[in-house]
Amino acid sequence: MGLKAEPWQKAEIAGPKKALLISKPEVVVAMVKRAKRPILIVGHLAAKDYSDDVKMIDYAIRMSKTAGIPVVATAHTISEFIRRKFHSAANMHAMDIGNRLKDPEWKGLDGMGPYDLALFMGLPYYMGFVILAGLKHFSTNLKTISLDRFYNPHATWSFPNLSVKDWNESFETLLSKLGGK
Amino acid sequence: MSRKGVHVKIDELKTNIGLIKNLELSIGRIVEEKWAEPMGPTPFPGITTLREWDMKLLQRYKPFYLPFCDVCCLCTFGKCDLTGDKRGACGLNMAAQQSRIVLLACCIGAATHIAHARHLVEHLIEKYGRNSPIDVGGLNIDVEAPVTRLVCGIKPEKLKDLEDALDYCEEQVTHLLSATHTGQEGSNLDFESKVLHAGMVDQVGMEIADLAQISVLGFPKADPEAPLTDLGFAIADISKPTILVVGHNVPSSVGIIDYLTDKGLMGKVEVVGICCTAHDITRYSSMAKIVGPISWQLRYIRSGLADLIVVDEQCIRADALVEAKKVKAPVIASSPKNCLGLENRTKSPSKEIISDLVEEKVPGVLILDPDKVGEVAVETVMKVAPRRNKFSVIPKIEEIVAAAKECTVCNECRRACPNDQPIPEAIKAAAKGDLNPLAEILDSCIGCARCDSACPNDFPLHSFIVKAGEEQLWKEKFKMRVGRGAIQDVEIREVGQPIVFGEIPGVVAIVGCANYPRGGKEVAEIAEEFAKRRFIVVSSGCAAMSMAMVKDEEGKSLYEKYPGAFEAGGILNVGSCVSNPHIAGAAIKIASIFAKRKLRANYEEIADYILNRVGAVGLAWGAMSQKAASIASGFWRLGVPVIVGPHGSKYRRMLLGRADKEEDWYVYDARTGDKVYAGPAPEHLFTTAETKEEAMVLIAKLCMRPNDTTKGRAIKLTHYIDLHKRLYGVMPDDIQLFVRNKADIPITMKNEILKILEEKRWKEKSIPDPTLLPRLIRKRKGE
Repeated sequence: MGLKAEPWQKAEIAGPKKALLISKPEVVVAMVKRAKRPILIVGHLAAKDYSDDVKMIDYAIRMSKTAGIPVVATAHTISEFIRRKFHSAANMHAMDIGNRLKDPEWKGLDGMGPYDLALFMGLPYYMGFVILAGLKHFSTNLKTISLDRFYNPHATWSFPNLSVKDWNESFETLLSKLGGK
Repeated sequence: MSRKGVHVKIDELKTNIGLIKNLELSIGRIVEEKWAEPMGPTPFPGITTLREWDMKLLQRYKPFYLPFCDVCCLCTFGKCDLTGDKRGACGLNMAAQQSRIVLLACCIGAATHIAHARHLVEHLIEKYGRNSPIDVGGLNIDVEAPVTRLVCGIKPEKLKDLEDALDYCEEQVTHLLSATHTGQEGSNLDFESKVLHAGMVDQVGMEIADLAQISVLGFPKADPEAPLTDLGFAIADISKPTILVVGHNVPSSVGIIDYLTDKGLMGKVEVVGICCTAHDITRYSSMAKIVGPISWQLRYIRSGLADLIVVDEQCIRADALVEAKKVKAPVIASSPKNCLGLENRTKSPSKEIISDLVEEKVPGVLILDPDKVGEVAVETVMKVAPRRNKFSVIPKIEEIVAAAKECTVCNECRRACPNDQPIPEAIKAAAKGDLNPLAEILDSCIGCARCDSACPNDFPLHSFIVKAGEEQLWKEKFKMRVGRGAIQDVEIREVGQPIVFGEIPGVVAIVGCANYPRGGKEVAEIAEEFAKRRFIVVSSGCAAMSMAMVKDEEGKSLYEKYPGAFEAGGILNVGSCVSNPHIAGAAIKIASIFAKRKLRANYEEIADYILNRVGAVGLAWGAMSQKAASIASGFWRLGVPVIVGPHGSKYRRMLLGRADKEEDWYVYDARTGDKVYAGPAPEHLFTTAETKEEAMVLIAKLCMRPNDTTKGRAIKLTHYIDLHKRLYGVMPDDIQLFVRNKADIPITMKNEILKILEEKRWKEKSIPDPTLLPRLIRKRKGE
């Protein structure tokens, strides 16, 4: 795994506070297991990216089922979940979910209280960049993880820039270890 | 009409009542009351005059800040780290810093349009006289300047009358800009209020610019049947000398057309344009043609099709001269705002300038006289064109294949690409002789050439992409209706009621730049979807061009298929960027002409009317510039929500409603004074759509207004639900928020929706006569 903590789009330089690097998938596993109220936000690229046989959205579904994490599908991504017979995803506008996650008084999708860990995947890189920046600066008790295969420096934790192969392997490991929750 | 700066000084005056000595009287502004409508409450509003209205909007649509970076580097205390709850050395926090940056952007945008207007008005006054009448639609238009009337409280009749409003705009932008200085404004919400003010004065500036040019230059005057013009990469007859005009401010292009006409050279030289100058020159003359939107600059210049390039101002590539030199095309800069480092030859004899350009003694010149630009451009291009022989720097296929074999697939090009295009993979394919993947990239390419700059081998990757997509480019010939200008008063009378009642489900304004995430076809697709649904689709700027660049099976563009009138199912092009106030003006005129609300200097009431009753939504799918930011903010203050494409998320903040917070959505019922829950309509004032599918669903949703009749709401809900089901595959989960009583439910979905309402424990609500302004309550409880 090439561990380069450089923004994928080179000019998107953040800091002083930058995402910690997910050097191995176990980091995500530990974060998810430690979280009391995690949530997974899935953008439309989850159903498009990478290769024909492996899509991010399939990992999202497996992750949600394995760890019991609720899913928010942004834009029209909900239709892809339904196509895969996954009916429990909520549908929200990416800015709307970002805005609510920053609010410590938001009661969440189920009315049970605010989330403490938000995992993001499948948003256009630059949209993820600015939404994660908004959460970095304006949320109070929320940690964020960027699960895309590109380093996104405004998250609390982010994968480095990875090849498709390395990213797939990371996710397989992540899912197998999450199963122990 | 108003007059400013009257100063009377009397040294000695003998009258019946006594002797007056050393009397000095200064009057800032006097108003000659030719206009019967009495002055409203807020003529020429200052930067805090409408603050209360702004705070009402900002209380409901709270900013969600999206910082680009964590530091402030605007003063020498810094850099200051503003992460989280930190404050800078000046005491500013991140929220205020972000809103400050938004204000800076909007000041830049507003200043650009206002300076554009100032230049145009001065130029046209010099050429046509101060008393040239304002006429934007003859007998079809009585309210000639809805924005200026609303904001300033003046009714401009002659060119000279526009100067007062421009003075006001310039003063306001100076005040607003000063608020961004270190140690001035400290509250993010007050910065936001100033953002809205910047947008409002920007609308005045733009309106003035278009009023002036429509009135004097003979552009179409509110004409639903404005002529069709040619648009596309391949529209020019390349056997002729070709002048390319780029920018936004039309006088130098007019100088070219006038010179050609005066010298009987029409048909001997092609005049083609890119960006808004192209819009405006085709409004002026049927001789001119449009190449395409802003992103077509590099592909056209590098292809060598332009034998001479004239740039004026705004949206011009800063490296236009560098690129032009590569293809040996001389450049004439014609705006003081964009001199490109060229020598000012305005006072040189034309023959000398022409000679210097033809003999390549200089790569370009600065000429600040539009008529002289015309002469020099035409005479030069006719001499240069045969020598150039359309010299191009677009490489041959063999060169691309050879270069591709040297590519190390370092990914630098992809990482520089705003749209994350798979350039390395396409280059790998090119190395094997397959240029199709490169050709496919052209569709999503915004023409920025960051890939070129990033390539460590200095490969001109953008040119590779252009070459690969060349076959497609040469098929680009479309028809676009030229900018019609304003909306007629009679059109407003006909659609005012169905819009306010909701029976015409909405007005969709598709505007802005070509910074699209996946090419311009999506813009055309969105426009046609809503035209078919009998919305009114209005466009301007580069978006109006992109909408033309798709043909149906019969080879027709949208402008050939749909009427150009402001009516249900119409697709209108109002014109260039400065024509945007005709869209705002239409909303204002609905309030003033249809609803007979007082217009003059009555901003708050009209904005309240529009927010609550006029289902209009702006879509800037490729919004890019600071001007787009200020244009959007002008719409926000009027109560018109704006959606931007995914790149628009980089504007650093959204203005978002919270549908889950019931307390945010109460309005006064003007009939009773009761506070009534009106639902989240419109739900957001400024937001980003991630995909075209989401944009379409959001447009339908954001057209809902508290005032919709039950029939109107049922129609709007039908579109919202239908689009949601088709594009998302499910029913929306917030229908209960928009159904006020059972008559709102679309009849064809009744059973399905009733079941949902029951599950959500929905309760019937009343439909108010909605307002956010207590002063508009007609009868209070107990009265």
